[in-house]
Amino acid sequence: MLLPLSWLKEYVDVDIPREALKEKLFSCGFEVEEMKDLGEKVSGVYVGKIEKCEKHPDADRLTICTVDLGALGKRQICTAATNVFEGAKVPCALDGATVLKEGGVQRIKTGKLRGALSEGMMCSGEELGITDDFYEGAEVDGILILDETEKVGEDVKKVVGIDDTVFDIAVTANRPDCQSIYGLAREVAAALKKPLKPLDTSFTREKTDVKIPVEVKETKLCPLYVGSYVKDVKIGKSPRLIRRRLALMGLRSVSNIVDITNYVLLEVGQPMHAFDRNFLRGDKIVVRCAEEGEKITTLDEKEFSLHKDNLLICDGERPVAIAGVMGGLNSEIKGDTKEVFFEAACFARDSVRKTSRRLGQRSDSSARFEKGVYEIFAYQGMARALHLVQALGCGTPTSFLTVSDPRGSFESPCIAQKKIQTTYQKIEALLGMKVPEAEANDILKRLGFELLAGKKGELCVAVPAWREDVEDFPDLAEEIVRMYGYEHLRPTFLENARVTRGGFSDSQKEERKLKTLLREQGFFEALNYSFYSPKDFDLLRLDKDAPERKAIKILNPIGEDLSVLRTFLAPSMLANIVRNQRRGNMDGKLFEIANVYLADELPIKARPREGRTLCMGLWGEGDFFDLKGALEAAFEAFKLRLNFRKGERTYLHPGMTAEIYLGEKKIGCLGRLHPELEEALALERQAYLCEVDLTLPYKKFQTEIVYTPLPKFESVRRDLAFVADEKVTCAEAEACILRAVKAVKKAELFDVYRDKKLGAGKKSMAFRLTFAPSETADKLLSPETVDGFFKKIVEALQRDLGAELR
Amino acid sequence: MENTENIEQEALKEADAAKDSGALYEVKMKFLGRAGKVTALLKNMRAVAAEERPAFGKKINDLRERLEAKFSSLEEKLKKREMQEKLSTEEIDVTMPGRRQQSGGLHPVTIVKDRLVELFSGMGFEVFEGPEIEDQYYNFTALNTPEDHPARDMQDTFYLSEEFLLRTQTSAGQIRVMQSQKPPIKIVSPGRVFRSDDDATHSPMFHQMEGLVVDKGITLADLYGMLDEFAKAMFSKDVKTRLRPSYFPFTEPSVEVDVSCFSCGGKGCALCKGTGWIEVLGAGMVNRKVLQNCNIDPDEYSGFAFGLGLERIAMLKYGVNNIKLFTENDVRFLEQFRDERR
Repeated sequence: MLLPLSWLKEYVDVDIPREALKEKLFSCGFEVEEMKDLGEKVSGVYVGKIEKCEKHPDADRLTICTVDLGALGKRQICTAATNVFEGAKVPCALDGATVLKEGGVQRIKTGKLRGALSEGMMCSGEELGITDDFYEGAEVDGILILDETEKVGEDVKKVVGIDDTVFDIAVTANRPDCQSIYGLAREVAAALKKPLKPLDTSFTREKTDVKIPVEVKETKLCPLYVGSYVKDVKIGKSPRLIRRRLALMGLRSVSNIVDITNYVLLEVGQPMHAFDRNFLRGDKIVVRCAEEGEKITTLDEKEFSLHKDNLLICDGERPVAIAGVMGGLNSEIKGDTKEVFFEAACFARDSVRKTSRRLGQRSDSSARFEKGVYEIFAYQGMARALHLVQALGCGTPTSFLTVSDPRGSFESPCIAQKKIQTTYQKIEALLGMKVPEAEANDILKRLGFELLAGKKGELCVAVPAWREDVEDFPDLAEEIVRMYGYEHLRPTFLENARVTRGGFSDSQKEERKLKTLLREQGFFEALNYSFYSPKDFDLLRLDKDAPERKAIKILNPIGEDLSVLRTFLAPSMLANIVRNQRRGNMDGKLFEIANVYLADELPIKARPREGRTLCMGLWGEGDFFDLKGALEAAFEAFKLRLNFRKGERTYLHPGMTAEIYLGEKKIGCLGRLHPELEEALALERQAYLCEVDLTLPYKKFQTEIVYTPLPKFESVRRDLAFVADEKVTCAEAEACILRAVKAVKKAELFDVYRDKKLGAGKKSMAFRLTFAPSETADKLLSPETVDGFFKKIVEALQRDLGAELR
Repeated sequence: MENTENIEQEALKEADAAKDSGALYEVKMKFLGRAGKVTALLKNMRAVAAEERPAFGKKINDLRERLEAKFSSLEEKLKKREMQEKLSTEEIDVTMPGRRQQSGGLHPVTIVKDRLVELFSGMGFEVFEGPEIEDQYYNFTALNTPEDHPARDMQDTFYLSEEFLLRTQTSAGQIRVMQSQKPPIKIVSPGRVFRSDDDATHSPMFHQMEGLVVDKGITLADLYGMLDEFAKAMFSKDVKTRLRPSYFPFTEPSVEVDVSCFSCGGKGCALCKGTGWIEVLGAGMVNRKVLQNCNIDPDEYSGFAFGLGLERIAMLKYGVNNIKLFTENDVRFLEQFRDERR
């Protein structure tokens, strides 16, 4: 909300510097986002009267003027402008002055123009940064000719009204009453402990027989409609004060009647509309919802096809306005308008918002309604508008003043008054601070609360009609503390609260540990959005009916790229790998732990399942087994052993893909990115991906450590190399060895070797075997015993896998 | 039979000529080995007259001892020299890089989250993680956000159906906790939240952490004390905290919490935009209606809640100037946080 200091001063005597005012507003809940000094770039410009104009002897286009600046003396100033004349009063920028020039600042110096002395410059409206709305004539081509009544030697900033500051104030959503100059003035007055001057809403009415009855068919969407008939309207320009104030707020002046509606919107916070009564057919107003497809052309000459939930203002035959959004072209105020019907209404904010959004039509009025307009503003706004009509002499308010609320009239509005009965003690207990009762009372009074009689210690107030946000004693506590000052609050540390036991749950601890383990394996934690593009499914070449495609759609996504919730994490990880490689990060290891969102049916009817999932990615240095090893190491820290079987995925290398099992349950996959995808994505370095559903592991993770006694006898290590068919897997060989001899505690593959000498389709596998005596054994394994084991293993490998000792 | 003197001369000469310990060993074997010349002399004892045998034996033993002494002194010398030669060839460039097991790192948002959780769990807060997909009731209605509140608009919230949406605030978890636990309640609830916003300073997904305390006699001054503690632990011991009025539907009174700028100490700089203060979180006393919605008697209990943005804290703490960096996952960015383990 913009707040010009000059307008504020009409209602509050502000006698502190603007910086201090900014601080004051801030501390009571109104942050000043910007403080704009209008005349900041203009200085040293004064009103001068041209005494003499002469042609420059050596330049046809220049005129030499002698200017009288009163107490500042006289100056000779040359100008190229052609609209100057003897006797004219003009703004003169003297030596050292600054004025605007093409968005920047120009410094004026005494100099010579074609040999003639020029002790300054006469200014145009543009050079002062003003329009006609600030000062009539500011937009003419040439020098700004000031009014004859201006005083010679006066500072021009004051004369043209740029000696002003405009505050841009952030108003919180609970304070629609402060979306207006007067509302903010009330806060400022309360904060500065100054009186708030009343809003002048007085006017007299002339009797009329004209009746324009208002029928509201949708009282929920339009709880109040105030209408009035004004006759003898004389459309013309608004006075300077109004035009300048509208300009300060970023609005252009249109005509006196239209300007009054805008002025009231800004000053009181009530959107208003003025209809030309002559174009209201049937002399009546009907507030109803549109019929589907009904049409209206708004003031800005846009035609809209309406929907059933759009609220309309209609005359006896047709729509004349989209309620709260914009008036219709058919009844707009024109230069020859003689009679006006003013509207000040309350429309439900979500109705206005929805209509405005759906039609793509916004206005100052709709923006204001979206923030909430209270009934009191409609009465105040109408009264203020009629006052201005009379004050400006642009029409005559009449006796026809109608209110749609059958319980009240314009003279005695029916607005429910809220009362709050509480105690000072309750407020103190909530704040943890005692505000002296007299101080608290004074604050509430300044904010417009009426103090009612109550017992000792009781605080009874009537809430002002413009404070619908205030409902209970905590609201009063807030009013009191924000005006009293938060700086009075002293921090305490849960003095009354009981001791509680805090900390992580088991699953949270496990996840932290898992992350730490992955970090130790050299992986960095990544973080991706929970949504991606459905195109990612195509990129990964998922089958048409792949379960991953059953993704929940966001109804209102920012764009297609972020439109479906993740059903698996690999697409995000792949995107991370691609981005990194494109940026020249040729090696990397990443992991992400996040939820996937799985729905039983689409569109969703029940709450979808959120499944904790781990995704790992590796590219550049390292391969399948580095990724696998890291995953295994992390799981082994929880005493879980994963099994790997050959698997397939459309996006992974057909020969380098494994399904990951925990027991008999398939929980994920691991593999190299399909080379065709690597090519399509122009990846220079091979990439490996792994994804694991953590639901089951989280249930089985063991973190308790139980000590096992150390073996009494040391174990014996032997290496074994044999030649087997290419198709024999490491897992098969290992299982065969472990099966053959119980004393083998570990059989670890440490080398695979292929050579022509071994024969085609053959490979040599070398295992390191660890033999340990049984727990009940009473002596070391003898070399002879181990020899026996070794022989048994070789036989088993030969028998089961057709392997030969090398 | 060879003369012992000759043998000695020959042995000494050859020993002196030996260039390395290997050659010396060969010379030693040639004379003192099992088939060596000195050993051979002993084997020829039989050819010596019986009465001369003791003297001969002694002579040979003396010779053997002398030679052994000679060999071992030579050996020691050679070995020493050889070791020196070996050492001189084995010199390494100690300035070459060391080898290490390089660890990875946690995401800065996780680091910030963990630090906060540690801080608050030390004060008796439990960690609660609510669902990311919420319904209108938990995300809005129970939090006293009226039906016509702009926050419910499609503009701000990602809807999945009429009823379900991606939570816009971790405050949704408040309700779940208050419905399932009886006071005293002290929880923090970190997690992903979603807003339909995507520009230089906004991300459609970010992280919040909600804090909630409900018990008898909880005051706004307690909230102040708690957050002052938080700011000092998170930023620096000298940081000052201030409250100023604000508005949230689920708290009353509501406050914004600012901390004095830890970059300039409050004098005003680019980080605090010249104000000396940095906005870090929103908070307030739990609205009585919210307590009522959770069947907690607001006349018996009161509470406070606060919510902070983890990305925002991370940005402030580490000087990260663009929120998008957190989801780009550029390893050069992530590597910078490798050693943040406190």
